[in-house]
Amino acid sequence: MGSKKRPATEINASSMADIAFLLLVFFLVTTTIDVERGITVRLPEWSEEPPENIQINKRNVFTVLVNAQNQLLVRGEQANVDELRERAKEFIMNPSKKEDLAEFPNAAIISLKNDRGTKYGTYIEVYNELKAAYNELWEEESMTQFGEHYSDDLPKAKKDKIKAKIPFVLSEAEATSYGEESK
Amino acid sequence: MGKFKKKRGDTTPAISTASLPDIVFILLFFFMVITKMRETDLKVKVQVPQATELEKLEQKSLVHFIYIGRPMERFQSIYGTAPRIQLDDSFKTVEDIPLFVENHKQTVQPALRNRITSSLRVDGDITMGIVQDVKTKLRRIGQLKVNYAARRGVVKEKAD
Repeated sequence: MGSKKRPATEINASSMADIAFLLLVFFLVTTTIDVERGITVRLPEWSEEPPENIQINKRNVFTVLVNAQNQLLVRGEQANVDELRERAKEFIMNPSKKEDLAEFPNAAIISLKNDRGTKYGTYIEVYNELKAAYNELWEEESMTQFGEHYSDDLPKAKKDKIKAKIPFVLSEAEATSYGEESK
Repeated sequence: MGKFKKKRGDTTPAISTASLPDIVFILLFFFMVITKMRETDLKVKVQVPQATELEKLEQKSLVHFIYIGRPMERFQSIYGTAPRIQLDDSFKTVEDIPLFVENHKQTVQPALRNRITSSLRVDGDITMGIVQDVKTKLRRIGQLKVNYAARRGVVKEKAD
């Protein structure tokens, strides 16, 4: 038999790079590296009974109302979002022991009430400021108590100690419906 | 001595491109691994608001998304412009949320079910009414862990 051995023909691989590049570009374009982030909240449990009437000293409550025009009413007077953080911090810690601010940080309650016509963006902005006030206080507390930054790496025991001193209490009242958007 | 004389000068040697596919493949695999395809096709316009106090959502399998926003332009002739809820791939109402949450719950191990988070991806420009309804519904069915999706950044909007 004529077993003539042909030299093995080499496959031309130069187009391999092109194919790989094509796939690469496809994945580059479709990739989104953003991590899902957001403000985490814990909703209060639902109960059918109307809440009990607990007597709370008025000085311990920091009421924030947002109306359908996205205006703020903080403790009965009109306010701006910019000053909310500082006012909340002062209210919670009460450094100069004023009569009308919270007795102790762990007695402070922040009450947030919005309208059904409030813009969601404004609501998040307000919520963000109130949360920022607490985060800043926790950070300060952490630095004075432990000399460490308040972060995810802080041991849970230390976090609990800080949160026992300055608990995050934000109560949301049932929304009013003066400015409901027409369907 | 002329034996070892190097030949040079007349032509520049061609750069070997044989390793190019390898390099490209490495990049390709990298992107293939980190890519997460967008699994839902958005039917509502969602531009989440900006905030600074953000937390990361840890485990993707424990999160379900509730989109709220105005219908995209191509759906406005059917669904109007009022804010709507989108679950998975279709327009839904508040009444569909319990079943949606329950379906997601079934896919999660019982031990981890209390860590399920509802991520509310809500457009910054809509009003709170519909969000309030969704929140009330979530409270009623005991799904209390909620995350308001937001982007990093500070926006100073004046009340108008």
